[in-house]
Amino acid sequence: MLAMNYRGPLRVRIDEKPMPKIEHPQDAIVRVTRSCICGSDLHLYNGAVPDTRVGMTFGHEFTGVVEEVGSEVTKIKVGDHVLVPFNIACGQCAFCKQELYGNCHESNPEATAVGGIFGYSHTAGGYNGGQAEYARVPYANVGPTIIPEGMDPDDAVLLTDVVPTGYQAAEMAGIQPGDTVVVFGAGPIGIMAARCSWLFGAGRVIIVDEIDYRLEFAMNYSQCEAYNFKEMDGDVVQFLKKKTDWMGADVCIDAVGAEASGNTMQTITGRKLLLQAGSATAVHWAINSVKKGGIVSIVGIYGPTDNLVPIGNVVNKGLTIRANQASVKRLLPRLIEHVQNGVLNPKGLITHRIPLEEVSDAYRMFSEKQDNCIKTVLIPPSARM
Amino acid sequence: MENLASNYSHIKGWGIDADPKNDPTYPMRKRSNDTHEGYGDWERPTQQQPEVEVLHSTERPNLSSVFGTSTPPSGLSGMIRRMAFKHSENQYRHWLPLILADRINVVEGIIEDFKSGKVPNIFAEKGMKSDMKHDRKGLAEKAAIVSLAIAAIVVWKYGKKSGSRKY
Repeated sequence: MLAMNYRGPLRVRIDEKPMPKIEHPQDAIVRVTRSCICGSDLHLYNGAVPDTRVGMTFGHEFTGVVEEVGSEVTKIKVGDHVLVPFNIACGQCAFCKQELYGNCHESNPEATAVGGIFGYSHTAGGYNGGQAEYARVPYANVGPTIIPEGMDPDDAVLLTDVVPTGYQAAEMAGIQPGDTVVVFGAGPIGIMAARCSWLFGAGRVIIVDEIDYRLEFAMNYSQCEAYNFKEMDGDVVQFLKKKTDWMGADVCIDAVGAEASGNTMQTITGRKLLLQAGSATAVHWAINSVKKGGIVSIVGIYGPTDNLVPIGNVVNKGLTIRANQASVKRLLPRLIEHVQNGVLNPKGLITHRIPLEEVSDAYRMFSEKQDNCIKTVLIPPSARM
Repeated sequence: MENLASNYSHIKGWGIDADPKNDPTYPMRKRSNDTHEGYGDWERPTQQQPEVEVLHSTERPNLSSVFGTSTPPSGLSGMIRRMAFKHSENQYRHWLPLILADRINVVEGIIEDFKSGKVPNIFAEKGMKSDMKHDRKGLAEKAAIVSLAIAAIVVWKYGKKSGSRKY
């Protein structure tokens, strides 16, 4: 089968790889129909996540048709078209029982801080991902969800990560009616977080980024205010304080993570020298821009283990910080309802549909923000017939 | 709430998920005493049998019931990874060697390609076709910088050699 193959920082290609096989009675094998490149794949692509091994296949956002199931699989059957949440979750451990599916304790032997994630380094379990023609899907009774009849497959694939992560970012922000929300990062997750903030009753939504086309897209898609931090009059935090009557936002959302630009010291120590687990610029801005007593919600991805974070300001301002990988399974019923009712339009984020065979160029385009790229979907050859 | 909703009637779905109970711990932590019972006090799924070498964190006593088998540790990078996994996730001694192993693994990947008769097309792997299509100016700039750097090294080398001949 064809599959994306990681060869080192900024180098990926398409190769013939062995077909995945059932390795556990609760496994399923799916023939991939759509997969996406996610902003968090870029942390892997840039070589920033420890234990990203050469030869691995990335891709944690995908849909597919079930081809084979293990002996303990009862909830899906061969021929079902399923969307596959990016978390690999057993559904039985203490954390899954709390609906913390992103924190499953039975899917990742290699680290305890994070659960298993498809195609996301050995730090997240060492699973191959869905940027391939076929993928192994463990715990097939828990994660994979049959795509509702009539749902556009492009909507379905964004329900595997982008929509739930953006939604959970807003949910964790504890938004109360009328609140001012600032979202850092106008990538797909930030745009979705801004859109979902309205569902929780935000009174004002502001998004901050450094690239004009992304800001324009966010402004239209999420009906929010948008500002380019490179063109701000003065410091980012000072600018946002001024925009919020010198009080700060009620909540700030970090939808950027380890690749944040905008601060030279963080860029050198976090992104270039890897002395931190990524640049903490967006976290700094969020902590410093939020109102005293406010909430900072973090869905941007950071590596392990140390980061220079202004914890003193968290204490002095009395902040609440909430952060997690999205628990996709918990959120799916509500989000499917929102998509079916037309409240959310996930496929509106997709700007590029690219054959899987052109994965190297797709990564380059997405990474370098070329051709006004917001979200890329890869289509395997078997899904194009 | 009623007045606010009319202010935002142009935004589809405004306020439909507003929840006054969304305090800082809800719904992130649906309270349960299960975790008080300790590790593994749940019905563990069937254990996947390892057919390849799988490393596990020192912060757990065993393998998780299911794990990935994409790329087992191998070669020099594998040796470093095995050493890294002797240390807790809390320590740099775990993570920094893994980053080093990743870099060594890249060289191993190139050697492995040549061994299997494949010459890696680094230009294509870096997605330069996309640069050709969407960022010709940037690509030309990078090419010019690389050419200049190579020229500078050649000149420096040549100058050094001719200088040494004088003495």
